[in-house]
Amino acid sequence: MDKLNSYKLGPDQNGRFGIFGGRFVAETLMPLILDLEKSYQQAKKDDSFQSELAYLNKYYTGRPSPLYFAERLTDYLKTAKIYFKRDELNHTGSHKINNCLGQILLAKRMGKTRIIAETGAGQHGVAVATVSARFGLPCVIYMGAKDIERQKPNVFRMKLLGAEVVPVRSGNATLKDAMNEALRDWVANVNDTFYIIGTVAGPHPYPEMVRDFQSIIGKETKEQILDQEGRLPDQLIACIGGGSNAMGLFYPFLDDISVKITGIEAGGMGLQGEKHCASLTAGRPGVLHGNRTYLLQDDEGQIIEGHSISAGLDYPGIGPEHAWLKESGRVEYFAITDSEAVEAFKICTKTEGIIPALEPSHAIAHLINIAPNLSKNDLVVMNLCGRGDKDIFTIAEHLNMEI
Amino acid sequence: MTVRIDNCFETLKLTNKKALITFLTAGDPNYDLSLELIKSLPEAGADIIEIGMPFSDPMADGPAIQASSLRAINSGHKMEKTFEMIESFRKDNSHTPIILMGYFNPIYNYGVDSFIKKIIDIEVDGVIVVDLPPEEDNELCNAIESADLSFIRLVTPTTNADRLNKILQKTSGFLYYVSIAGITGSKRPEINEVETAVQEIKTKTNIPIGVGFGIRTKEDIERVGSFADGVIVGSVLVDIIKNNEHESSVKDKIMKKVREFASAV
Ligand SMILES: Cc1ncc(COP(=O)(O)O)c(C=O)c1O
Repeated sequence: MDKLNSYKLGPDQNGRFGIFGGRFVAETLMPLILDLEKSYQQAKKDDSFQSELAYLNKYYTGRPSPLYFAERLTDYLKTAKIYFKRDELNHTGSHKINNCLGQILLAKRMGKTRIIAETGAGQHGVAVATVSARFGLPCVIYMGAKDIERQKPNVFRMKLLGAEVVPVRSGNATLKDAMNEALRDWVANVNDTFYIIGTVAGPHPYPEMVRDFQSIIGKETKEQILDQEGRLPDQLIACIGGGSNAMGLFYPFLDDISVKITGIEAGGMGLQGEKHCASLTAGRPGVLHGNRTYLLQDDEGQIIEGHSISAGLDYPGIGPEHAWLKESGRVEYFAITDSEAVEAFKICTKTEGIIPALEPSHAIAHLINIAPNLSKNDLVVMNLCGRGDKDIFTIAEHLNMEI
Repeated sequence: MTVRIDNCFETLKLTNKKALITFLTAGDPNYDLSLELIKSLPEAGADIIEIGMPFSDPMADGPAIQASSLRAINSGHKMEKTFEMIESFRKDNSHTPIILMGYFNPIYNYGVDSFIKKIIDIEVDGVIVVDLPPEEDNELCNAIESADLSFIRLVTPTTNADRLNKILQKTSGFLYYVSIAGITGSKRPEINEVETAVQEIKTKTNIPIGVGFGIRTKEDIERVGSFADGVIVGSVLVDIIKNNEHESSVKDKIMKKVREFASAV
């Protein structure tokens, strides 16, 4: 591993990125996962699959999303030239749709007739419910009972779209438990069901597949920045829950060594205690949900429930490719606290007239923190991967405001 | 040691009996009662004892065993305490095979080498790790087998012929046939289908076959015992703890159930 020619070769045939990734699943699921891998590898090479996906990305989602020069934020920070990759403008309001369209086309191709998914913030759940409606497939969304409480608008959207939203009360009743429950559903419904995982985690081939579907973000960004600025950016910044919007932006740039790449985790109430979700900055390697990666866990290897003001970042693990990118040194990871994220949310809203989701507000906060160290000639791209409509209640609560 | 499990099945065979394999989670509902329960299982008729190592995220388990893991974790249970329980059990019982069952993360966290050293030391006979399929044999299975312990494999209704052959190449102790596509303690198995599957596996191997997942009654046990070499019960026992957690009668109720089941194999 020391003499790398490329950072883009993973995963290997066993689904590994270095020691990370893999297929840590029960035997019942193993044949399904192998089947999925085979079908995905065929679809990946199939022009008709790719062109159907490209068509939907363009006409259904509204891609390409603009690469927008955030002029007022740039002026405000008096620093590098800041660009936003505007994936919050996508149909359904976040990057999650990029992956869901890819996976539902694959589900159709494999003859599956029932869709299941987990969701935390509800953005992935909404995207799954949306594509399920679009393709006429019944879908069941597992969502932690606590998340159902704090993300009511998204729960309602999913129901309107025809999804059955199942509250998960086991464990701590948040995203990781929803993922356990979705895996349990899959084990019990092996013949007809396709599980659309919402991030670059889970057993192989999910981390690779989700990354590939999300890479459209980075591919577009590269073309757009070359077109608009005539050169590559100096830095990329994206927030990280499971890591899919970040992998999508980063992947096409991994071998462009001049581009500094930075991932931002949820620091919650600070990294000292347990009230954060910074698996890479404050966790250690372990095995959960089918892969080896960095996890929040106690001395006994029991998984710790993290905390973040942003339900979409509230996951105790992280995609295995990020774990590998961290150890290889190619990508740097930092954590941002709840309060810093809310402050950045306010600044972005007021300077740009864009209400960002709380997740990318973490990335904006990092940008604000590093602004003094950047030079005016630097180009920085921040992935604005979701819009903040869903978060207004959380923000109001945090700021003690009434709606 | 693999030999303790082999002896168990051979001895039972001589009297035309099948193995009753019981599962309880270590530390459920607390250390003392859990140890007492485990110590009493053999005299109530359990031939092999499976001890669950609690994990916060048991993705192949239904509500009964999830709750049982949480009870144990919340009572302050730790891996070292599971080992202590087994040491204590072995002081008065040297013949009943003990199988540790669980998920990989707590083992990985403990350290694979230290884990193996420890379980050899305290005379565990085999392990079942739910989330280690043959594709991940390098993680633990290979080292377990070199240490002359059994790595007990799961075969499920989704396992096709190709995979079955691969699994059979590397399994010891017994083969665990999972009688449903699903999680523990959920659906009841279609016993006719299970029989067909078990008979098919028997044409390919002489290794004993234990059947588990969803088996809850004496009648199921009788039927499964008529074609399999062992019957595994878990959720039905763990449910007794849940329903009687604060009562002194938990032990009596569990032992009564185990005796009833033992009379059926
Ligand atoms: C807007 C938004 N950004 C980010 C995330 C985190 O996921 P990931 O790290 O996979 O992009 C979510 C998850 O719900 C989200 O809704």
